[in-house]
Amino acid sequence: MRGYLRSDGRKGIRNIVAVAYLVECAHHVGREIVARFPDQDVHLIGFPGCFPNAYAQKIMERLCTHPNVGAVLLLSLGCESFDKYSLAEAVRASGRPVETLTIQNTGGTRSTLNAGRDWVTARLAELDAQPTVPMALSELTVGTICGGSDGTSGLTGNPAAGRAFDRLVEAGATCIFEETGELIGCEEIMAERAITPALGNELRHAVAKAARYYATLGYGSFAPGNADGGLSTIEEKSMGAYAKSGHSVISGLIKPGDIPPHGGLYLMDVVPDGEVRFGFPNISDNAEIVELIASGCQVILFITGRGSVSGSALSPVIKICANPDTFRRLSEDMDVDAGRILEGRATLDEVGQEILSLVEAVASGVATKSEELGHREFILAYKAFEPIGPACLPA
Amino acid sequence: MTAAIDPRLLLLSPVDNVVIARDSLPAGTLLHLGATEIRLVAEVLRGHKLACRAIAPGEKILKYGAPIGSATRAILTGEHVHLHNIKSDYTATHVIGSPAGETRA
Repeated sequence: MRGYLRSDGRKGIRNIVAVAYLVECAHHVGREIVARFPDQDVHLIGFPGCFPNAYAQKIMERLCTHPNVGAVLLLSLGCESFDKYSLAEAVRASGRPVETLTIQNTGGTRSTLNAGRDWVTARLAELDAQPTVPMALSELTVGTICGGSDGTSGLTGNPAAGRAFDRLVEAGATCIFEETGELIGCEEIMAERAITPALGNELRHAVAKAARYYATLGYGSFAPGNADGGLSTIEEKSMGAYAKSGHSVISGLIKPGDIPPHGGLYLMDVVPDGEVRFGFPNISDNAEIVELIASGCQVILFITGRGSVSGSALSPVIKICANPDTFRRLSEDMDVDAGRILEGRATLDEVGQEILSLVEAVASGVATKSEELGHREFILAYKAFEPIGPACLPA
Repeated sequence: MTAAIDPRLLLLSPVDNVVIARDSLPAGTLLHLGATEIRLVAEVLRGHKLACRAIAPGEKILKYGAPIGSATRAILTGEHVHLHNIKSDYTATHVIGSPAGETRA
């Protein structure tokens, strides 16, 4: 594997120009700029809100300084409250080229589009010439998420991803699993895997917080398609989702945008702190993927039973299909056929090894199905978090 | 016990009171559950659960060796175990209605 060395020591497996709109009013111009580069690594990200949010500011800063990002174009309308100055400064301090175009000063849609297109064209040529350096598995951060789960997810795709996670952790990589709302019912068995009892308590509290939060909202993290696929309750879905974490010791609890301090397995607590304010913790799978990427994931493992077709901006998404019927229907979108396990055509260990090999291939530049198909979904909404406590990252 | 389970079913933990259909099983399928033999009264889709022993109202449903909810009524051996006879012990499960004539699982 080879990567692009960044000034903070992290390495990127892609070298993307990120075009970031800082309010919905600048979204169209951003989309039009990116559309000028259809088959190149120019990705659109952004925050739609006009009102300040410390979480969104942090996530955008983490994304714009993500190892897979080589240059950043910021698009401001001009009157929004997003702090574009501190964001541009953070990108500049990271050694990446950055430009801010403020539409109200640049002369409108077409002028900004032209200026943005020219800037991106120049940066692409520079990024193309950037040398790569050798990269080890221990320098990877891999996230896992499941979406469109069904009764097969917890039998095949999720435990196979868990096997890959175990191998990655053994190799010194950083692995992040998440969605505490889908770990409801697993809190006790999960807490026993914590590296310290105090961290175990933090894991329990994170799941209890998720249960309270969802109880206030009146819905669990459970979609009707989950029930069609044979899952009856949130605890049943949770047990299946939990299998993605594998069997490694849990080294820490982080919140979105926190960068794990060293290799190991981490749980990301994605449920906001405090009273219920901005709605559902994660309105769709891509909101979770964005948070995993913000915490440094260069690759995402996405396990689906019903058949998600999502990818993501910035980091490649490897799609692992748990259900063999779904794989046959949607094979053009799926990277791994984990449903073979259910039909006796492969073992969990074999599929786990296949996932690990694919992670290495993708980190070496091989495109995932969702990358080939042009999936670059992105969504970022309002949230509020308190910083993690001292017990969350034991020394 | 596992050896006596029909190969079309999965028992994930010896303490479980449900088994999983590895594939969709049509109505009328004859299945071996330990010493019991049951005939499915309706189709059971891949990934869905069947009771592998009689379950009393209020009893915990065990899958992966862990509780995944409670029975809302008595469940017979071999019966489909789903939204109509179990509930979450945390938050209620939300489903949407289906068009007439379309059966949801």
